[in-house]
Amino acid sequence: MARTYTRPVVLEDAVTHYCPGCGHGIAHRLIAEAIDELGIAERTIGMAPVGCAVIAYDYFNIDMSEAPHGRTPAVATGIKRARPDCVVFSYQGDGDLAAIGTAEIIHAANRGENICVFFVNNAVYGMTGGQMAPTTPVAAKTTTSPYGRNPENEGFPIKVAELLANFDRVAYSTRVALSSPRNVRAAARAVKRAFLTQIERRGFSIVEMLSPCPTYWHMAPENALKHIDESFIKVFPLGVYKDWDK
Amino acid sequence: MPERILMTGNEAMAEGAIRAGCRYYYGYPITPQNEVPEYMSRRMREVGGVFIQSESELAAINMVMGSAAAGMRAMTSSSSPGISLKMEGISYMAGMELPAVIANVQRGGPGLGDIGASQADYWQATRGGGHGDYHLIVLAPASVQEMADLATLAFDLADRYRTPVMILADAQIGQMMEPLVWKVYKRPADLPPKDWALTGAKGRPKRIIRSFFLHPGQLEKHNLRLQEKFALIRQKEVRFEEISVEDADLVIVAYGSAARAAKGLVERGVDAGKVGLLRPITLWPFPQERIRRLAGMGKDFLVVEMSAGQMADDVRLAVEGKARVGLYNRIGGAVVTIEEMAGKADRMLSASQGV
Amino acid sequence: MPRIIIDDKYCKGCRLCVVFCPKGAIAMSPRLSARGVNPAEVVNEDACSACLNCVVMCPDAAIEILADEPEKVKR
Repeated sequence: MARTYTRPVVLEDAVTHYCPGCGHGIAHRLIAEAIDELGIAERTIGMAPVGCAVIAYDYFNIDMSEAPHGRTPAVATGIKRARPDCVVFSYQGDGDLAAIGTAEIIHAANRGENICVFFVNNAVYGMTGGQMAPTTPVAAKTTTSPYGRNPENEGFPIKVAELLANFDRVAYSTRVALSSPRNVRAAARAVKRAFLTQIERRGFSIVEMLSPCPTYWHMAPENALKHIDESFIKVFPLGVYKDWDK
Repeated sequence: MPERILMTGNEAMAEGAIRAGCRYYYGYPITPQNEVPEYMSRRMREVGGVFIQSESELAAINMVMGSAAAGMRAMTSSSSPGISLKMEGISYMAGMELPAVIANVQRGGPGLGDIGASQADYWQATRGGGHGDYHLIVLAPASVQEMADLATLAFDLADRYRTPVMILADAQIGQMMEPLVWKVYKRPADLPPKDWALTGAKGRPKRIIRSFFLHPGQLEKHNLRLQEKFALIRQKEVRFEEISVEDADLVIVAYGSAARAAKGLVERGVDAGKVGLLRPITLWPFPQERIRRLAGMGKDFLVVEMSAGQMADDVRLAVEGKARVGLYNRIGGAVVTIEEMAGKADRMLSASQGV
Repeated sequence: MPRIIIDDKYCKGCRLCVVFCPKGAIAMSPRLSARGVNPAEVVNEDACSACLNCVVMCPDAAIEILADEPEKVKR
């Protein structure tokens, strides 16, 4: 009997530390599947962020580096400039990319560094216990916005995919959701397209993935996914905001 | 470029790095070292290297981290406030054991300070500067020639020990012009191979560059190994220059710009006794053993520096209570003068008590 | 007829495969796995159409699908 789906080769045998139903697991799997499909494992270098995915290097069988919080796009720049034939990807959460790392992501995008950025947006700081994130929606309660996010004090959530699409040397900027089979399949296509954008040397690509955090949204995994489809998506519309082909 | 040439210290340092094979420079403008990124922006293109004017000093050290992780000789430079910004990245690189060169052309502080020469980043440099138990190798040039020579040495030391190295200069040394002679660079044959670098895991197991060790006992083990490395560096890499120290009653200890003034005093001499100069070239590892020996011979010390007395601490530690340690200093971007130094030396030599 | 293989080692009991299986081929088991959760298990393999929804949603890549004629199945 032939197999139609097997565990991605480049995913390590390790059981991940992520919570049941965590979007990181889906995102890791999609990236691993794309690396397998494109046959690039031997020349891919990945970055682990600071956040729940801080030990992502234990889950992919490729060269990987740590980076200080938010600095992944700068470290990825240093790696890609030194090894232009390698496929370099940055993997970041919402604190890493949209809070402490805002300067680094904007300037890597502006320079059009030929890297892929996978941005896992779950609107909360998971690693540190559920604090507010730059992408937390208005009125959402977190441990540092106990009365609900108030735009007058905290500003509105930041829309990264739209923001980065404004830069001329961003070749591909899209937002997907890890919330249903249809949406995850679209996310898989986006991840592959991002890698191809780099391989074909077209410039900077970013895939923003709306992702569930069942633990800090205080929802069962299936309800967290419903929450993305029914509520979160209205704040962060899905779509392709920049494409080198259009 | 001719073999003997007149250059500014900053440009000499940049060219010294290029000659050592540095092909990745990331930096941000800040006075008094703007000549370094400007020189690199022209020169890197000529040698097929990479120059990025980064969005901040913070981004620059992280770009260095990336290129170093990928196995390349990479460098950044800045001045005091910008060096503070780099401390996070430097601590990470010490923990990740990445070789790189960071140059600090010191200016007055704290905060924005001024743009004059200062030596008030000594503690920051010699105590690692960032968080955690680590040291930087710190090299202190005192001439344009040394800016070139120590820049080259910095890369060799960084690669040999897999650790970041700091060049601690100041506004005077960076900006002055002096003749220097270019030597042909020869990479040491016994540098360890970079078999840890990220190059894409083709035909080999994957590699991870990290400083994070969460399992119980892992981080302690890692730190003990780092400490062994630093102990080895202390043993093997101390460098200093001595002038008229053997006969001296009073040994001036000074580095960088302050040492240039002190040399002038030693040449001139003082009335009340014999003065010599011990000029540390490595501030870390500090020449504490040599100072201990000189203290044992009955000599006293006068530390001359452009800070509130940062290196004086290390000299006091080194003499182990066996000698008087005086301090002549200027702070806040002011420079030391031979006249004031002479006065202090005279008073120390004449007095029976330390100041 | 496709075969569904669920590995207890990876399954964290998140239920997404059960929720998204259109054929009811998978359910949560009443037993406890070594991880201390109720893992997903195959309850009606005949019903499986190899739609691959379960593997698409599984955050832990705990599920593998074996199909008779793979070229007819799209992901």
